[in-house]
Amino acid sequence: MTTHAESRPIQWTRRRPGWAVVARKEFADHLRSARFVAMLFLLGLVAVSSVYAAAQALRDVAPATAGLSGMFLRLFTVQADPVPFSFLTFVGFLAPILGIALAFDAVNGERAQGTLPRLVSQPIHRDDVVNGKFVAALAVVGLIMLVVALVVAGLGIILLGIVPTVAEVTRLVVWLAAAIVYVGVWLAFATLCSVWLRRASTSAMVAIGLWLVLALFGALFAQLAADVLSPVDPTDPATALANARNEITLSRLSPVVLYEETATALLNPEVRSLGFVTLDQIDRAIVSELSLSQSLLLVWPQLVGLVAATVVIFAAAYVLFMRQEVRA
Amino acid sequence: MTNGPEVLVESRGLAKRYGSTTAVDGIDLTVRAGEVFGLLGPNGAGKTTSVLMLLGLSEPDTGTIEVCGLDPSRNPLAVKRQVGYLPDTVGFYEQLTGRQNLRYTAQLNELPPDMAEARIDDLLIQVGLAAAADRPVGGYSRGMRQRLGLADALVKDPRVVILDEPMVGIDPEGVLEIQGLIARLAREDGRAVLLTSHMLHQVQQLCDRMAIFVDGRVLAEGSAAELAAALADGRSVLEVVAASGREPIHAALAAGQADDSVVDVRLVGADRWRISVPAARAVDVLPALVRAGIDVREVRDLGSDLDEIYHRYFADSREVA
Repeated sequence: MTTHAESRPIQWTRRRPGWAVVARKEFADHLRSARFVAMLFLLGLVAVSSVYAAAQALRDVAPATAGLSGMFLRLFTVQADPVPFSFLTFVGFLAPILGIALAFDAVNGERAQGTLPRLVSQPIHRDDVVNGKFVAALAVVGLIMLVVALVVAGLGIILLGIVPTVAEVTRLVVWLAAAIVYVGVWLAFATLCSVWLRRASTSAMVAIGLWLVLALFGALFAQLAADVLSPVDPTDPATALANARNEITLSRLSPVVLYEETATALLNPEVRSLGFVTLDQIDRAIVSELSLSQSLLLVWPQLVGLVAATVVIFAAAYVLFMRQEVRA
Repeated sequence: MTNGPEVLVESRGLAKRYGSTTAVDGIDLTVRAGEVFGLLGPNGAGKTTSVLMLLGLSEPDTGTIEVCGLDPSRNPLAVKRQVGYLPDTVGFYEQLTGRQNLRYTAQLNELPPDMAEARIDDLLIQVGLAAAADRPVGGYSRGMRQRLGLADALVKDPRVVILDEPMVGIDPEGVLEIQGLIARLAREDGRAVLLTSHMLHQVQQLCDRMAIFVDGRVLAEGSAAELAAALADGRSVLEVVAASGREPIHAALAAGQADDSVVDVRLVGADRWRISVPAARAVDVLPALVRAGIDVREVRDLGSDLDEIYHRYFADSREVA
């Protein structure tokens, strides 16, 4: 060896914390991976097609709506044939796949490759491994979402010829942040699966399974549970009200619903309530737009719920990882 | 033993249980700078568990550890900065090249980049991977991965090197090279080297001291000669080539013995018998067999062969288990 134990010229200066070294390497790995390219392509394709269809529909009605504010945001919320969903719905549906794809093999992949013992025997804390991986994946999510949103906004400007207002851009930025947090929930859950399950394929299956169940059957479960908790008596309107309230509350246990409500309120300034509204309440209400701060106030509980879900699920993954034996 | 080279690894009464099974049952180890210490034992003896505890990657139930004067469970980072580790099944990021894998380790150890590059180049030459350094590890053979693992353990210029089964998967020619490299680590660089192995003959010449480790306990410790003396237990082992069955041989040797269990006869190859008798009777084995009319073609005294003692201990421990 060139350097000897006696003469140790190495200065142990902490220039970069351990998690940052892990995150940088993981980020570079993600960008080089086929998964990243596939996800960018998939989300990009879906986003462009839905916005293109919406733009075509909006152009047809453009003369009638000239001067109406919030036109630009409609690009993201309007559904138009032949594309079955709006951009908003698509992102809500596909974003979890992004989170799962980036994290389902985060820890069990290291185990399978045999790199975990080597990694944790370096002078970093054990939690630097999961923290670094989570930060890197979240950064990749942010990058993909930002690219998709920019492409879509640019396309909208070209197709519609409308320049978004400052308020609209701000709403888009806030929505982007909320969407990244939503993907974070799935990222955290996929990380948990990767710590808990030894095989990457099992981990991916469990994560995708939960996503499909929540996305496709979440509403059904909420309705069934509400019917059990508060059966509707056809002769008593109060029971119908209680049933509907319970259903909404239960459905909000799912991050899918939390995100949908958040996105709807953020990108539709006209949305004034996310809960239960009676006909009396909207009778003769004047259609007007909420300011961003009012919209934010409306979705604040949902946003907090999404952040809390991410934190709680990631904490579970963290604790589980810290308790596991290195060699198992 | 206060003088002599600095003690870099020391454990006292180290024990670890997993549920109801005891993986490591009170081991005392001392490894000094400039020394190669071998932890020898069959698979499942608790070698890897002990190594993980020395690294602070697994918490001991009882006992104390000092590595470079520090407790690994209290000062894990300071210890891991000074300890290079080659795990028993070493793995790398398959899509990265050998050099990139080493570079990541250097970054995790906060080596200055220019110094890291020079060191990585040097290490890749030492382990004979200079030509393959810029190919993805996915295409490496088992032996190449093992060599890369050795380089990886040395990237941080550690004072203590812990190698878990370093020779596994390396071709016979490569074993000599790796043995030379490990010897230089201790003798020229003054590092403390602790290696584990279940292949005694591969490390017998390499290690200054060895501990025979079975079922979580150290059976004996010392140089090869000391171990042979300590484990000889007054018996001699001979290998006999004779065209005969087990019973005639056993009967010939046990004749005149009060307790015929003092003679142990085992088939180890075609017509090849391993015979264990009390040391005093070793000289009688050949005459006794000839007297019994057994056609003996070869007799070899294995008495002081450490390999034989080692096999005997492992065989014993398996019978008990």
